[in-house]
Amino acid sequence: MSSNKKYWKSVEELNTDSSIVEALKQREFVDEIPTDEFLGNKSNLETSSTTRRDFLKYVGFSTAAASLAACEGPVIKSIPYVVQPEEIIPGVSNFYATTIADGFDFASVLVKTREGRPIKIDNNDLAASQGGVNARVHASILGLYDNLRIKGPQKEGSDISWETFDSETNQKLTDVMNGGKEIVLLTQTFASPSTSKLISAFKEKYGNVRHVVYDAVSESCALDAFQAKYGERALANYDFSKASTIVSVGADFLGDWQGGGFESGYAKGRVPTDGKMSRHIQIEANMSLTGANADKRIPATPSQQKQALAKLYSYVTGQSVSTDLPAQLDEAIQKVASELKKAGSNGVLVTGINDVNAQTVALEINSALGSKAFDTKSPIKKRQGSDKDVMTLIADMNAGKVGAIIMNGVNPLYTLPNANEFAEGLKQTELSIAFSMKADETASESQYIAATPHYLESWGDVELKKGHFGLMQPTIRPLFDTRQFQQALLKWIGSDLTYFDFIKENWSTGILGGASFNQALHDGVYVSTALTSVLGAGPSSDVEGDAAAQALPESSGGGAARALASAGSAEGMELQLYTKTGMGDGKQANNPWLQEFPDPITRTSWDNYVTVSSADAKKLEIKNWHVADGGLNGSLVELSVNGQTITIPAIIQPGQAVGSVGLSFGYGRTKGLKEEMQTGKNAYQFYKDFNSAQTDVSIKLVSGVHEFACVQLHNTLMGRGDIIKETTLEIFNTKDKEFWNPLPKVSLNHIETPSTEVDLWDEFDRSIGHHFNLSIDLNACTGCGACVIACHAENNVPVVGKSEIRKSRDMHWLRIDRYYSSEDTFTGDIERKEAADGLLGDTGIKSTLHEMEIAADNPQVAFLPMMCQHCNHAPCETVCPVAATSHGRQGQNHMAYNRCVGTRYCANNCPYKVRRFNWFRYNKNDEFDYNMNDDLGRMVLNPDVVVRSRGVMEKCSLCIQKTQKTILDAKREGREIKDGEFQTACSAACGTGAMVFGDINDKESKVAKLKEDKRMYHVLEYIGTQPNVQYHTIVRNTTES
Amino acid sequence: MKKSYQSLEDNSTNNMKQVIHCKLATKFLHLGFFILLTFSASLQAQDGDPVKGKTLYNSNCAACHKLDGPMTGPPLRNIEQRLADEQGLDREWLTAWIHNSMGMVNAGDPYAVKIYNEYNQLPMMPFPQLSDQDISDILAYTAEEKKAPAPVAGTETASGADGGDSGTSNQLILGALALLFGLLAMALVLVRRTLNRFAEAKGVIVEGDKKDNIWKAFVQNQFLVLVTVILLLLASAYFVYGYFMQIGVDEGYAPVQPIHYSHRIHAGDNGIDCKYCHSSARVSKTSGIPSLNVCMNCHKSISEVSEDTYAEGKTYGVDYNEEIQKLYAATGWNPDEQKYTGEPQPVKWIRIHNLPDFAYFNHAQHVTVGGIECQTCHGPVESMEIMSQFAPLTMGWCIECHRTTDVKIENNEYYTKIHEQLSKKYGVEKLTVAQMGGLECGKCHY
Repeated sequence: MSSNKKYWKSVEELNTDSSIVEALKQREFVDEIPTDEFLGNKSNLETSSTTRRDFLKYVGFSTAAASLAACEGPVIKSIPYVVQPEEIIPGVSNFYATTIADGFDFASVLVKTREGRPIKIDNNDLAASQGGVNARVHASILGLYDNLRIKGPQKEGSDISWETFDSETNQKLTDVMNGGKEIVLLTQTFASPSTSKLISAFKEKYGNVRHVVYDAVSESCALDAFQAKYGERALANYDFSKASTIVSVGADFLGDWQGGGFESGYAKGRVPTDGKMSRHIQIEANMSLTGANADKRIPATPSQQKQALAKLYSYVTGQSVSTDLPAQLDEAIQKVASELKKAGSNGVLVTGINDVNAQTVALEINSALGSKAFDTKSPIKKRQGSDKDVMTLIADMNAGKVGAIIMNGVNPLYTLPNANEFAEGLKQTELSIAFSMKADETASESQYIAATPHYLESWGDVELKKGHFGLMQPTIRPLFDTRQFQQALLKWIGSDLTYFDFIKENWSTGILGGASFNQALHDGVYVSTALTSVLGAGPSSDVEGDAAAQALPESSGGGAARALASAGSAEGMELQLYTKTGMGDGKQANNPWLQEFPDPITRTSWDNYVTVSSADAKKLEIKNWHVADGGLNGSLVELSVNGQTITIPAIIQPGQAVGSVGLSFGYGRTKGLKEEMQTGKNAYQFYKDFNSAQTDVSIKLVSGVHEFACVQLHNTLMGRGDIIKETTLEIFNTKDKEFWNPLPKVSLNHIETPSTEVDLWDEFDRSIGHHFNLSIDLNACTGCGACVIACHAENNVPVVGKSEIRKSRDMHWLRIDRYYSSEDTFTGDIERKEAADGLLGDTGIKSTLHEMEIAADNPQVAFLPMMCQHCNHAPCETVCPVAATSHGRQGQNHMAYNRCVGTRYCANNCPYKVRRFNWFRYNKNDEFDYNMNDDLGRMVLNPDVVVRSRGVMEKCSLCIQKTQKTILDAKREGREIKDGEFQTACSAACGTGAMVFGDINDKESKVAKLKEDKRMYHVLEYIGTQPNVQYHTIVRNTTES
Repeated sequence: MKKSYQSLEDNSTNNMKQVIHCKLATKFLHLGFFILLTFSASLQAQDGDPVKGKTLYNSNCAACHKLDGPMTGPPLRNIEQRLADEQGLDREWLTAWIHNSMGMVNAGDPYAVKIYNEYNQLPMMPFPQLSDQDISDILAYTAEEKKAPAPVAGTETASGADGGDSGTSNQLILGALALLFGLLAMALVLVRRTLNRFAEAKGVIVEGDKKDNIWKAFVQNQFLVLVTVILLLLASAYFVYGYFMQIGVDEGYAPVQPIHYSHRIHAGDNGIDCKYCHSSARVSKTSGIPSLNVCMNCHKSISEVSEDTYAEGKTYGVDYNEEIQKLYAATGWNPDEQKYTGEPQPVKWIRIHNLPDFAYFNHAQHVTVGGIECQTCHGPVESMEIMSQFAPLTMGWCIECHRTTDVKIENNEYYTKIHEQLSKKYGVEKLTVAQMGGLECGKCHY
């Protein structure tokens, strides 16, 4: 039988009149093979004296020589201390408690040092209530070993000595003082009692001194509102664990809203206990981390949010406020208001709208509710900046009133919307000094750069919340010839004290009240029992206090709400600026860990972009598509705001409020960072009046394609309930576990059998010794990604760069998958899939699944931290031809790198796709010029974990180096191990308590109890891999009370 | 190690031992008495017994004084004579000083105050327990002439010959043998040639082609060729395998170190515990190369080795005193002024035991938990003049030990529960490291 089968050779053949098909008939490739190109200079080739035979001889000889040379072991030298410090034992870690306060991130941390060099940042458990140890804080350690740090003081680009610096600046400061001009200190928020005192002393000495506090991402409106109502320039504190109903209007409080650090309180209330959990309603424009965690999310443009807030006020307090909200939204707001009202003192409302009225209304609503979560007694001090002061300063500088400007921790030429004006003003000052670790945009334009130490090399104190103090202590000797701002102030006022002495004196006389300074230094935190602030004259109150009070147009809530509503809905497109979880305000833009950190929502790294709703995208013809090499490509758009225009890529963001676009700060840095890190576009130029919401926005498609580095291309769960299980609080409370968390069944001899009872493998005995389990509560996990960076630091995970990420070659051992629902809810997804009928047709499974690949306009979002599941019956182990991966009795799936030959069978056979292959050598390789390519950057490496070489597979080890260390320590001390001693990097980093690690053979341990919890399930349980990572079913509080 | 005895005391004990060996008790008594007599007679002439004096000196003075050269206190060689000559001070002054030096300083004795200030105002310990006789014994000892280095050189050459003896004789024998065989071969060739010539002369045809025939037969016998080839291949494979397997295995690696440090003297002769210097082996994964301040704990007062030791050093071609000076240079210690200059030059030791990065080894677990002697892995360090790698440090070597060694579970609460369960499972009382999971990949590779 002759066959007339036609074999398809390429997709092009679908296109009948394609020239390519014609061309391929004639020759093998479409294009001529560019032989000339690789043969290069032909004449040169012909005149070469090296014949082919000679060449082969050389190759042979050099290969033989190289292999012979390789047989000789290298001579390794060891240099011991001349005088060994008492506290250092080589090979044993020391821990120091300190505090980060870089003006954007404030947190109490514990620093792990090895042989005197800090290698890891952890939570300080003694400061558990303060929170805020986010991904950036974990990554901040890399900033210490940044090769581009300034290594000593500079004057106009050339190195000088501190003596020269001192004599010249002293002279100039005196000149300015005598000349009658003003000296301005433009600084970050220090929240430091000692610095405040020092600045007062500086003012005393130089007289005409102004201290301007500047936060790049401003919370000025909230500060003004709080100050007007409570008389103190601070921010209200919220304990979300005490709230049963949380309403947020545009406040990304799980992100960086008002300094952040609310996640642990929030998570406490989100875990259902005794059938109760909090209900969270989010009204916002961009899909934020907070919105992704909400039970109910109402998309609303920034101008609608203002009205919604006013409306909420009116519904809660009964005062009438008229708005022009769409009826649908109005109805939704009404429901929210009634829920909030019902909750009474258990409710809380927060808002992120940059408007004094909005912030006033929020304060009024909370005090009207008598909210228990609302705390004005210990307000937050992490933000103290004042927009007005900054604006006045720029005007004064341009008017020539400012003689000297001394800056610390700020980068106004990058972060100011009117940076040009500041640059002009800067030229008119007689003296400009920038205290900076980098020659950044501002420092490089200043006369002097005073090289400052990293916070891990500095002394300091911080008042995070009123009465809650943190001490900052050096964990390493200064690497370079640096001097911190406070020390310079001491020099200028003519004091011989060190800043440490100054702090110690200040604390002993003021803050401690008789308590031990050494104890406070050891703990890193100190809570003053007398909750009164010792700040005295804070930097804010004496400078901008009056101005702020006058700025309030309406002091009463009703008036504020009416003023808020009066603006009406904006016409046309609106822009909502935001900070990304990874990059924040852009201070750490030269941090490769953070650049490579995928945004929890878009899962895209190395970029910022405009987020557009799918409806707007359709209208504007914006597209995102996948290309053959596994990358995500997107259209470029031209974004104009208030007349300024940039070209920037666009991402279609499910959940984005129609009529709004989002853009993140922190990108588009140009100076003081490596070329690889100069990613994205600067959004600060649109930050007019320090308002994160901008109207007068136009956006249009332009030609060109942008290549994103996105690590997750498949965004929806497609009704696969065996990956993320979820249910509602109502069902959880009323139905059996069998109903909402059934054990999957498989067919064994045609009988339905629970999947855990069917097995391909022989069971090992794991009942003796330790058996580790990691438990992840998906209700408490906010997706913040602190664990991802902690894992990076602990396990020497390499950075691979944008183009490698695009090829899905990211090396993160721990990733946080983010899934959208394609219907309104995930439950809807499952129903839709089950409703599919037949294979083809409109309701057939083919078209159903095809449609389910597209996320809903306002989807439910779920986060799933995914790392090696350490299956007891691991599919990877059975396929390894060289037994490089094997199982331990303690439940860990071991990976012997030196045994691995790189067949990658294991990665192919892993159902969870958690194995990572080293396509290249990522250390000491100029192609990957990140921290592992320079001696300084390599100092952060963990000496207990091997740096993997090219061609081997790697993956999460459940931090075996940490579990082994705990066991070995216990053996050495001859004691049993207590629950809580075993930790992995991720579980230790988790600020919400979502990740719990421990030994399930210890029946009293937390993790053993969690394993018996009825919410517990394993991902893809029906495969029978029996993972040692447990997950806990998401419960959503969808009950509208 | 051969020791050359030089002092009288040593000689006398040596004699005594021989006497005891002869079991001539009475004779011994007489002889001993006689020796004592002769000695005391000769010593009384010197107004003090230098032998007794040496013992007293070593137990009382040597911690702070050297005979030649300053230490914490001034040098004491010929002190009495020198004091008398230079300062005009007599034995009385010296006795008073020894009994209570601070008393004299406080009393304002001019030379006492001078000495006190000269030596950093460190008061000399008072020795009121020393009788006048004791003091004269000590002074007699200090009055002894410094021994000329001549005999030392003599012993050096002698023992040098001793040390090199076996090596040279072996070579000599081998050379002689080679020569003998060479001569034999030559003789055979000559004999053969002569015989051939005879045969030729007599007209006998020698079947010279016989050898070629054997070779031809061998080539034609394919089976033999095959067997030979296989054998050759196997042999070469054996050697190639052996060669490859020793790559990276540095057993016996004994590099030349920047400072010649003798474990033999420190751990062997002086019996210093390993963990005195390698203290972090108790608590850390690394045993730690001792920081130089640990060396200076002792070497601050030991700036020279004894003459015997010095001589021993020469047998290794090392000047121990120079090596100590290298330590002083490294720590920035000025032995003349007895203080630190503050300009240290850290020592770049050459690492001998190099475990690859991918293997995790923890000293504390083996030393403190396992109670394993250092020598188990590091060999007889106490007899190593030059430190060398004793064990191959291969994985097979680790595993072998883990298979056969029992875990030390006594008095360790950590093991109580696990041991109970495991011993029930395996039905044994003792558990090997392997049974505890010590063979799992991830226990050492992460």
